[in-house]
Amino acid sequence: MTATQETTATTEPKQRSFPKIEFTDSEAGAKEFPSSKSRTYSYYTPAKRRATMYEDVTVDVQPDPDRHLTQGWIYGFGDGPGGYPQEWTVAKSSNWHQFLDPNEEWDQTIFRNNSAVVHQVELCLSNAKRARAYDGWNTPWLKFIERNVGAWMHAENGLALHVFSSIQRSGPTNMINTAVAVNAAHKMRFAQDLALFNLDLSEADVSFDGSAHMEVWQDAPEWQPTREVVEQLTAVPDWCELLFATNIVFEQLVGSLFRTELVMQIAARNGDYITPTIVGTGEHDYDRDLNYTRTLFQLLTHDPDHGDANRALFGKWMTLWVPRCLAAARALQPIWSQPADKAVTFATSLDAATAKFTVLLESLGLDIPKELSL
Amino acid sequence: MSRQSLTKAHAKISELTWEPTFATPATRFGTDYTFEKAPKKDPLKQIMRSYFPMEEEKDNRVYGAMDGAIRGNMFRQVQQRWLEWQKLFLSIIPFPEISAARAMPMAIDAVPNPEIHNGLAVQMIDEVRHSTIQMNLKKLYMNNYIDPAGFDMTEKAFANNYAGTIGRQFGEGFITGDAITAANIYLTVVAETAFTNTLFVAMPDEAAANGDYLLPTVFHSVQSDESRHISNGYSILLMALADERNRPLLERDLRYAWWNNHCVVDAAIGTFIEYGTKDRRKDRESYAEMWQRWIYDDYYRSYLIPLEKYGLTIPHDLVEEAWNRITNKGYVHEVARFFATGWPVNYWRIDTMTDTDFEWFEHKYPGWYSKYGKWWEEYNRLAYPGINKPIAFEDVGYQYPHRCWTCMVPALIREDMVVEKVDNQWRTYCSETCYWTDAVAFRGEYEGKDTPNMGRLTGFREWETLHHGKDLADIVTNLGYVRDDGQTLVGQPHLDLDPKKMWKLDDVRGNTFQSPNVLLNQMTESERNAHIAAYRAGATVPA
Repeated sequence: MTATQETTATTEPKQRSFPKIEFTDSEAGAKEFPSSKSRTYSYYTPAKRRATMYEDVTVDVQPDPDRHLTQGWIYGFGDGPGGYPQEWTVAKSSNWHQFLDPNEEWDQTIFRNNSAVVHQVELCLSNAKRARAYDGWNTPWLKFIERNVGAWMHAENGLALHVFSSIQRSGPTNMINTAVAVNAAHKMRFAQDLALFNLDLSEADVSFDGSAHMEVWQDAPEWQPTREVVEQLTAVPDWCELLFATNIVFEQLVGSLFRTELVMQIAARNGDYITPTIVGTGEHDYDRDLNYTRTLFQLLTHDPDHGDANRALFGKWMTLWVPRCLAAARALQPIWSQPADKAVTFATSLDAATAKFTVLLESLGLDIPKELSL
Repeated sequence: MSRQSLTKAHAKISELTWEPTFATPATRFGTDYTFEKAPKKDPLKQIMRSYFPMEEEKDNRVYGAMDGAIRGNMFRQVQQRWLEWQKLFLSIIPFPEISAARAMPMAIDAVPNPEIHNGLAVQMIDEVRHSTIQMNLKKLYMNNYIDPAGFDMTEKAFANNYAGTIGRQFGEGFITGDAITAANIYLTVVAETAFTNTLFVAMPDEAAANGDYLLPTVFHSVQSDESRHISNGYSILLMALADERNRPLLERDLRYAWWNNHCVVDAAIGTFIEYGTKDRRKDRESYAEMWQRWIYDDYYRSYLIPLEKYGLTIPHDLVEEAWNRITNKGYVHEVARFFATGWPVNYWRIDTMTDTDFEWFEHKYPGWYSKYGKWWEEYNRLAYPGINKPIAFEDVGYQYPHRCWTCMVPALIREDMVVEKVDNQWRTYCSETCYWTDAVAFRGEYEGKDTPNMGRLTGFREWETLHHGKDLADIVTNLGYVRDDGQTLVGQPHLDLDPKKMWKLDDVRGNTFQSPNVLLNQMTESERNAHIAAYRAGATVPA
């Protein structure tokens, strides 16, 4: 027997130590006493009769000196107050807290919805590989995807990181900031899905240059005005202007023009059932994101104290952003001619996009910019 | 997704960034740090295609466990002593979590390397998850635990309570001031890398020992995201270290962030673990032992000290002093006694202590009984209404403490209290480091160099100032800490839910609350000097 074996043989087994469970009868209803039935959050009034899960996990998590915060913000910036000052936008609201995200985004919705999209995209791409779907695409269409869908994914990524991520630090309520954070997540996921689609194509046995998108986004004349607007958006310091200019103006006049009125309309005619499935997820995202954006700006344009001033302000913002976005849209016109099957004309697409934009502006109670009728 | 395809996919998504030529992103949140545009690797290599299903799976486990806890009648076995402290903890923590989400664009703005922006944006989504999943846990407690009072007013109470404000630093500190100080050093390098270990690992462990296995379920799921966040922080820290001009700022921020985290987190979590548990096994780790394992060994020795190889001066003295405060100066015990003193303005109930508790404390912290035992016996004696006032207004050998202007935990280690006139006001500080934080670090100039982006200490920092000269019953009413009969207080100095044994507004009426800082500023110089000397000497009544 070795020394080690000897030690092992003579060592007492270590006494296990574990906490004792005790039955405490601490369940709801075990006793009656003051507040024993107070089982709803009492510090805010839900929008409807019963509070939703979304409201319960979102409302007032970001404190506000106008509500319950008595000691004020305890840290400030070197040049101004900390927290979430309402002055970080020139837009005004008599009650920013009135905004509730109609999508009711919180933990479970974020991950369930985006996972569902991920599974849909992955299934679509694996089916495409199995069916060798890309083999049937003609050269102009491959080129179209290589250049234009490739360029567009940069816009989506830039908006994710430098527009929506940025805004969600600045809004005056948790409800606004969380809705925008989810918007950022959508954009990131969509941009990456387009990039990974690009990777699949560059690995397929077809003529596809997976790196062409960088040069197109950086230098191709038709895409430069779009890149210019995206970069200009990232430079806007006012969070509300940034949200308005992006989700109300840019997404309508450039984003939806490209995604809905071009890619979604012509892909099938060019033998491509893959791209619309992926781009469709981005459309679905935008539909949700427009939903919260429309709700927020409707509140602002119909605000009992500041509605008139806000409408004037948004009109002023449009005088800047509508021409920029229309210029970007018009610069894209040549790409309508690139596919072999030109199912729609640029004029038709732009008319459709501006018509939808007009309806959106009407729903907000905003005047239609003169540029749209030119 | 295989490792190889993940690497390839990550390389592909890194093609999405570009160098802007028309306009550069607005710098909404400035920094005094400087960064060179050197390519850096994304430490996370996280792509959304794998991220969302991974988190969904984690969520499924969490929500499945929640269903199981309800079906299995978990609340038959939870200790009320424990759950009561969760009313405080879970009112605080969702705000720091959502603040961490809000901090990410500050880091993105400040650090010019797009390679790490992706990881920061993923962290932003993680933090939304954490905040809302924790709010949901709290809602479950409110719905299923015997006493929902305090959970039902959670975010209001957090925003108007003296303890909520202490915790609020842990969120506001992430989102205010110099972007790197806040979003990197304070949030990621110190709070997430060091103190989430005690917050999200050690404390849930104690929850399980008290019959609550949902807190571990939720917080271990949260903690599983933290390792990625730690990588984010480390990556930016190394980038900052690459520029010699950042060194004084890094050393300033490490001192501030370390000390403030210690003051705030050790106060709260130390109290929850030591005074919220019924598990008094002698071989159960004390908070001091947990701290040694998780903070001293895992963080200080394994993370901080290796940074010395980059020439960074580590705040060894402050790590040792934090350890000294916990083990020799009774920091956690002082905080617990302070919380219990203030029970009428709490929105949770604090249990009395038993002989078993006393024995355990004496075993783990020799000398505990002689210093704190008598006071807790008085707490037990004064627990019920009728013939006595709340303990804060009885002579039990305890002087209501001065508040630290910086960390807002009171100056409980009385011999260490610093008193200085700063910004034309007499202020008290718990320590030299907290004084330095206010007077030196959080200023527009540091060591002769302009630091315009550094934050400022603002707000009504002494909670007591807001309530000076008011009757205690009116204060409780104004705070809203009254149960639905309009009379019974939410906070109680015991766990007995017999309505006859619970304190009502009339039981606390007639006691005038006074702010130590207001009184200090009203004193003449000689009065003030005498008062401070007596306070530091441990006087039991104000001089």
